Amino acid sequence: MYEFQNILSAPNEIKISTDMNKILILFAHPALQKSRVNRELIKNIHTINGVTFRDLYEIYPDLDISIRTEQALLLEHDIIVFQHPFYWYSTPAILKEWQDLVLEHGWAYGQEGKALHGKKMFSVISTGGREEAYQKQGYNRYTIRELLSPIDQTAYLCGMEYLPPFVAYGTHRMSPEDISRHRQNYHRVLNALVDDRIDYAKLRRYDRINIDLNAIIITKSGR
Amino acid sequence: MHGEGFFFQAFVYLTAAVIAVPIAKKLGLGSVLGYLLAGIVIGPYGLELIGREGQDVMHFAEFGVVMMLFLIGLELQPKLLWQLRGPILGLGGLQVGITTVTGTIIGIIAGLSWQFSLAIGITFSLSSTAIVLQSLNEKGIMKTEAGQNSFAVLLFQDIAVIPILALLPLLATDAVKNITAQTTSDTAVIWVELLPAWAKTIVVLGIIAAIIILGKFMVGPVFRIIAQTRLRELFTAAALLLVIGIALLMGSVGLSPALGTFLAGVVLATSEYRHELEGDIEPFKGLLLGLFFIAVGASIDFGMIADQPARIAMLVSLLIVGKFILLFILGRIFRLRLDQNLIFAVSLAQGGEFGFVLFSFATQNGVLPASLTGQMIAVVAVSMALTPLLTLINEKLIQPRFGTKEKPEQEADKIDEENPVIIAGFGDFGSVVGRLLRANGVGTTVLDVDSNHVDLLRKLGIKVFYGDASRYDLLHAAGAGKARILILAIGDPTKILEIVETARKHFPHLKILARATGRIHAYELLEAGVDYIFRESLDTSLRMGVEVLRQLGFRSYQALRASRLFRYQDEEGLRILAEMRHDRKAYISRARQHIQDLEETLQNELELFGDTPDLGWDTTSLRKEFGEDTSDR
Repeated sequence: MYEFQNILSAPNEIKISTDMNKILILFAHPALQKSRVNRELIKNIHTINGVTFRDLYEIYPDLDISIRTEQALLLEHDIIVFQHPFYWYSTPAILKEWQDLVLEHGWAYGQEGKALHGKKMFSVISTGGREEAYQKQGYNRYTIRELLSPIDQTAYLCGMEYLPPFVAYGTHRMSPEDISRHRQNYHRVLNALVDDRIDYAKLRRYDRINIDLNAIIITKSGR
Repeated sequence: MHGEGFFFQAFVYLTAAVIAVPIAKKLGLGSVLGYLLAGIVIGPYGLELIGREGQDVMHFAEFGVVMMLFLIGLELQPKLLWQLRGPILGLGGLQVGITTVTGTIIGIIAGLSWQFSLAIGITFSLSSTAIVLQSLNEKGIMKTEAGQNSFAVLLFQDIAVIPILALLPLLATDAVKNITAQTTSDTAVIWVELLPAWAKTIVVLGIIAAIIILGKFMVGPVFRIIAQTRLRELFTAAALLLVIGIALLMGSVGLSPALGTFLAGVVLATSEYRHELEGDIEPFKGLLLGLFFIAVGASIDFGMIADQPARIAMLVSLLIVGKFILLFILGRIFRLRLDQNLIFAVSLAQGGEFGFVLFSFATQNGVLPASLTGQMIAVVAVSMALTPLLTLINEKLIQPRFGTKEKPEQEADKIDEENPVIIAGFGDFGSVVGRLLRANGVGTTVLDVDSNHVDLLRKLGIKVFYGDASRYDLLHAAGAGKARILILAIGDPTKILEIVETARKHFPHLKILARATGRIHAYELLEAGVDYIFRESLDTSLRMGVEVLRQLGFRSYQALRASRLFRYQDEEGLRILAEMRHDRKAYISRARQHIQDLEETLQNELELFGDTPDLGWDTTSLRKEFGEDTSDR
């Protein structure tokens, strides 16, 4: 509900770049046909200008990831997105395999590995549990940010900035209206990222992207 | 007859058809109208290329109707026929009954005797199976509500002809009899007519039972033996023999041949030879029906029409409008939607080819005087010729005003053979594909040329049809027009290429997945434009290679990864080499280089990474860096 709070955003220390950011979404869902939330979230996502959508399980059903292809794609994009359901506090298997094989030593990290330096990265995840469960007092004992620390650290080691995640909590009891609202917000974020209309200073202070979109998205006049 | 013989006649008919039908189709008039116009043009009142013998041609060509009903029967599973029993008996029965009564009343009002009126009324109640079904099929609306109900009514009419033929002589009046007494004597008396009523019934039922039993248990084994000869023309001959045999059998006991072949068709609708039969009979049916329509066109007596234009015009409009109103009311009672009801009523509002038969028969039996039947036959012929025009008017001018036009595709599911996937070849290769699809609820239509095979598979409850999938007509009959994917799993590489050619030409929308027997075949398939190629031994031999590596002490996963890499590179190389193949020299050097590349890659992998090409799982570089720099990991 706080996503629609109308707070006037006053952008400060924003460098408005004229060129467009390119986003690479690495999507992993082993049973998309059974998905409710993710299937809706990715609807028409490929039509967003500047977004490259990669359905990893569809491209590599036998998990034989083409390292060359994936690395070339990474080089072409500015913002990397991992989108997946939050299985056992982590990614589905193919996305782990992707990290193991694509982020090679000497390419992504290590003395010579600077291919990804300066890029941004974030996760888009859906969780069955509600937000309250992901607290110190909740049954999941850790917050989402804490649980995402392995990916955060991976990004860090590769010289990328790991932004707060976009989280759809409580998917088990989510109404179709809620799902479609998440989709609108997600696509709004993607568009803003492509156009570089994000107040990163503000965003960095949030636990997740989709707390208050109006606060972090700058509305440019004349657009 | 001009005396130039059979070939000249054939030439005239075929020329007329070949010229008139494409023009009619181009103008959106439909083939039936094209044939009819061709008939009028070459007929006695046109170019006079054919004369009175048009009548004989018509009787001969009526056999096209018999074949058509056989084909319709083939498409009608007994289950579906049973579902139609309501419309057939209810709608069909009422239509014939009410039209007869109305016709009779009008006749009596017009001053005819009740016998004349009844004979004319009952004859006018029949519609033209040939024209209606051909038009509905051509427009692809056979499976709509209107199509199904029209078919039901026509089927009832065809059945009704039998009792009508039996009852018509009872209407004979002495006055007419005296005139025609001489002519009746030379009509052959059917032997069954001499039997008492109960015996007649037994004979008729016996014949029907014989057709069902023969169709069910004899046709299959006989066709299997014929199929084993692998002579296609023999199969065609057998199919024709079947239809002609049944027609003769039915004729010999005074039953409608069309009805008999229809019954045989229904019995064979579940047979594995169904598509093959369809493919074989279809061209004959098409030609004969075309001939029939030409003959109808040629037989229209413009002389008589010119003598009494007003009278004929009035009778024709009375027939068409009267039947239309009655059909429309019945359609309303049977809850047809307005647009469907219009198609239904317009389609059936004409006299039928049985009208010619019945009127001639009535004259022979002294029921109607020849002067009257001449007029009536002209009325029927004109009404038949007008039907395609009226349907066109309905389609182009009336229907667009109602936005409820039913899409024929919606009803397409009714036919269970219209599956998204067609599998040609159901041996070891195809059957695995088919079983996987079946297990996941995907409907498949299977075609196979091995009749023993087909027989066995059908016993196992799998829907398999006998036939050579490189034939256009068979692919068409198997639903290639509506399917999405064609799987070629036949073992014969040349045959596969033939099928690819046919399918590419006639069904360009089909995705083709083909089995390749080897590298060369794979190249040929690539050149032929096949979307997906599967070399039959590639996966198996690679799996074998993996097992060998494992036996020699390699880690299972290492062996598997190595085989996957090998495979991707091999597939890539295949495509590159396919393009090179035209330049033989380039091919050889590239081929050699390709093998060398492959060897080198594998060799390098061993040397460079020790075990696997997957660098991410390799710590060599890390250990090296870790020795010099202790910053991370």
